[in-house]
Amino acid sequence: MIQRTLRLAGLATALAALTISTQATAQLKIGFMATMSGPAATLGQDQYDGFMLGIEHSGGKLGGQQITVIKEDDQLKVDVGVQAIQKLIEKDKVDLITGVTFSNVMMAVAKPLADANMIFIGSNAGPGPLAGPQCNQNFFFTSWQNDAQSEVMGKFAADKGYKRVYVMAPNYQAGKDFVSGFKRFYPTPLVGEVYTQLNQPDYSAEIVQMMAAKPDALYVFYPGGMGVAFVRQMRQAGALGKVPLLSTSTTDGSTLPALKETALGVLSGTFWGPDFDNPVSQKFVADFRAKYKRIPSQYAAQAYDAALLLDSALKKTGGKVADKAALRAALRQADFKSLRGDFKINTNGFPIQSMHVFEVAKDSTGEVSLKTIATPLKAHADAYVSQCSLK
Amino acid sequence: MVLILAAFALVPLYCWWVDSVYPLTLFGRILVFALAALGLNLALGFGGMVSLGHAMYIGFGAYAVGIGSALGMESGVLQLLLALIATALIAAPLGWIALRTQGIAFIMITLAFAQLFYDVFISLRMFGGDDGMTIQKLSAWGPLTGNKVAIYLSLVAALVLAIWGIARTVQSRFGLVLRATMVSERRVNAVGTPSLPYRLVAYVISAELCAVAGYFLANLTSFVSPAYMAWTLSGELIVMALLGGSATVFGPVVGAVALLLLEEGLKAFTERWALILGPIIVLIVVFLRQGLWGLLSDPSEKPSGGSSGGSHG
Amino acid sequence: MSLFIAQLLNGLQFGILLFLLAAGLTLVFGIMSFINLAHGVLYMLGAYFAAATFALTQSFLLGVVVATAGVFLVAAAADRLGLSVLHKRDHLDQVLATFGIVIFCNELVRWIWGNAPVFMDTPAALSDSLDIFGFIYPAYRLVILGAGLIIAVGLYWLIERTRIGMLIRAGASNRVMVSALGVNIGWLNVFIFALGGGLAGLAGALIGPITSVQPGMGDGILILTLVVIVIGGIGSIRGAFLGALIVGLVDTLGRIYLPTLLRSVADPSVANAVGPALASIGVYLLMAVVLAFKPDGLFPVRRRQG
Repeated sequence: MIQRTLRLAGLATALAALTISTQATAQLKIGFMATMSGPAATLGQDQYDGFMLGIEHSGGKLGGQQITVIKEDDQLKVDVGVQAIQKLIEKDKVDLITGVTFSNVMMAVAKPLADANMIFIGSNAGPGPLAGPQCNQNFFFTSWQNDAQSEVMGKFAADKGYKRVYVMAPNYQAGKDFVSGFKRFYPTPLVGEVYTQLNQPDYSAEIVQMMAAKPDALYVFYPGGMGVAFVRQMRQAGALGKVPLLSTSTTDGSTLPALKETALGVLSGTFWGPDFDNPVSQKFVADFRAKYKRIPSQYAAQAYDAALLLDSALKKTGGKVADKAALRAALRQADFKSLRGDFKINTNGFPIQSMHVFEVAKDSTGEVSLKTIATPLKAHADAYVSQCSLK
Repeated sequence: MVLILAAFALVPLYCWWVDSVYPLTLFGRILVFALAALGLNLALGFGGMVSLGHAMYIGFGAYAVGIGSALGMESGVLQLLLALIATALIAAPLGWIALRTQGIAFIMITLAFAQLFYDVFISLRMFGGDDGMTIQKLSAWGPLTGNKVAIYLSLVAALVLAIWGIARTVQSRFGLVLRATMVSERRVNAVGTPSLPYRLVAYVISAELCAVAGYFLANLTSFVSPAYMAWTLSGELIVMALLGGSATVFGPVVGAVALLLLEEGLKAFTERWALILGPIIVLIVVFLRQGLWGLLSDPSEKPSGGSSGGSHG
Repeated sequence: MSLFIAQLLNGLQFGILLFLLAAGLTLVFGIMSFINLAHGVLYMLGAYFAAATFALTQSFLLGVVVATAGVFLVAAAADRLGLSVLHKRDHLDQVLATFGIVIFCNELVRWIWGNAPVFMDTPAALSDSLDIFGFIYPAYRLVILGAGLIIAVGLYWLIERTRIGMLIRAGASNRVMVSALGVNIGWLNVFIFALGGGLAGLAGALIGPITSVQPGMGDGILILTLVVIVIGGIGSIRGAFLGALIVGLVDTLGRIYLPTLLRSVADPSVANAVGPALASIGVYLLMAVVLAFKPDGLFPVRRRQG
């Protein structure tokens, strides 16, 4: 009986420790939530590392304020994400929240964030509804609106004059969104539009089918492990040399280390590459490589800019966050030098930026990296801003 | 057990005391899974039906709220009815088909059905697809609409009712036949009692409880997505039920609470929480044959019957 | 027509890939009645061992050998060190315990090798493609095809024609009797478990270079493997082989031809939406149909009750 009571008491104490709020201090508390476990953890980790490096480069403070970053893991589970956001808001009582890797989690946490009137800096997922009908004056994104990365490839394909384009993507919301983004800027009808199973291990049948259609270019969206498998299988089927491969999120900082030379020649579209020659980017790449022993991915770059954006805004408000309207206005100005070059924030909180096309090639140190080859979309705004009621 | 249930009911008070809504959120989610695990265990622990598809019913309950709300049917009562009726309409035929098999085949068939519905809901673009759907207006219950404390307390009430209901069922004639089928279906049929109706009814009831859990989950998170139906979630429910002790009524509740609190606590410690949780689970299986609740509860309270799960065909 | 033959070949080759995984699982499940969810983890370890060896020595062959032997030893050690406790417990306990092992091992791999996929490539000699029926076909896939067939034949020979195989079959039918006849059933079980593990490790080493070697890589493919052994009949190598081929063919042909079929009868946007979904449940439908007629699978092992 005593044993049981002791056990229950021990349990209760632990419970209390979990739920009692931390005391407010004079520091600024920033909540960082991303996918830090599971197969996609490499993205969340990149976001975190990029964000922390951004804070370090701002002198270890943002806007002159000491920062405490509270890290949360959403495990790529929607309900865990909602719970983690609510923990940051209600228990840790943070002043700002940043991060979020995946669109489905982003959509889920949008409501608790909005209800709490919490200022949020997104550094990856940028779903369409949040750029359009569900836009919120508190949400700012230093990444992109999801469609932009495929829109640029569509424009590139149109500019190149490809007539027979074949498209492949996994059969889920993001896959479909990226294909429609591509089609928005590539008006010629496609010779093939194939959706494969999520996390399908073997694409050999689809590759054979694609080659039979004799396309003059192939566009795919295969993030993470799917990208590694697909590119490998394309190379092994001898298809990589024959058909130009245009892609989004397939050959990026998270997959290139696994692919290395296999991916040479693959084209991809996004807002930034490690070979950019502005001083902010060069410093970022050099220090990131020195500190984390890997070439930074775009995910790290996005989060790095989030830190820089916050720093610039907090400098304007004198480090204060209590006046939300002032902080919002300061964030809207985006008065800082971004590592991507041109960066403005649109009325819906999403970036207006140039989108580029990159080719996988060896850099000056002989490592496999991304090389800028074109800029099809300059100062590009997203397609949903007209549906947003904010001015 | 009464102590623990009372503690759940007192969480809102605790929230008021520490001036934070977070414990409500945390325990709300825990209790949702406790209710679902409880429901699953009626089929699993007392009926020997290992279903890897029960998360699908949680999804049904949640989508009843989501789709109802999107289509203008906001009444809380109607949404709950929709959840219950839809679940019954689907669980009955599915259960009937699945119960024609046993052992690993049953597990795989339930998994297959869950994947089927998961794929269906992912392709429902108008309701968000796999990005899910934010529920702007929660189930309408008059002046209590959207009141987190009210939602939480009704969840506690639902849980208590469910525990009481299952306890009564398990001891009733229905329950005795059900538990007999777990030991040997052949013998039950041999004495002239058809085993299928009993198992099917148990399956449907357990599905209904999961649907109710889903109903609350949607209201607590203001969100619904096909992720609520993923087979991995079904797996976690089974883990919760087994961890707590699937031979008892209250075991799954303890299992859910323990697993989720452990996760929460370990996460605060280290990002590598799985390194600790994994071995803990293995140790519990190896050494605590009665599950966690078996460890915590009074020996005299345990029902008759031995290991945590009975023998399976 | 030649496109169809190429797809047929793809389907068969995917089936052999699945067989590599299914063989070990059905052996352990069927003969020891042990549900080992950690089979996917053993597969993952095989891939990682091979990748690590390849990174150190640039030798693919060595990588395969190290992976197979390494996982064989890991499995044997795990069994001796305590996993054997689970042999006597009921299936649910095994599920729960191996689940704990899976999440532990995934995290361990993540800790040692990091989150991101690791580099692994096919050996240079085999990285070319061949021209078959007018279609390019990766040479490496033929290796997998060959490996699968060798293993199938090898296992068949082991189980049907050797003394150990005889003991394994006897143990599957009636453990107690075998033990009573003086055979050390404990060591036999370790051997079977380690063999299953070795097969999984070999599968990981062979399949790693064509997919992505990352934490959790075994979890997704484990489900498909379970479907294969359920269809084929638990405990039967022949069932695993034929079941795997059937699943491989149905899955591949379904993925390619179902959307095409749909496009000819419905509007392309509907076909694009529904086609892939139908294809992905195709394998499950196949399983349901098989189980409806043959609840124990296509080639069930005759088992004595008790």
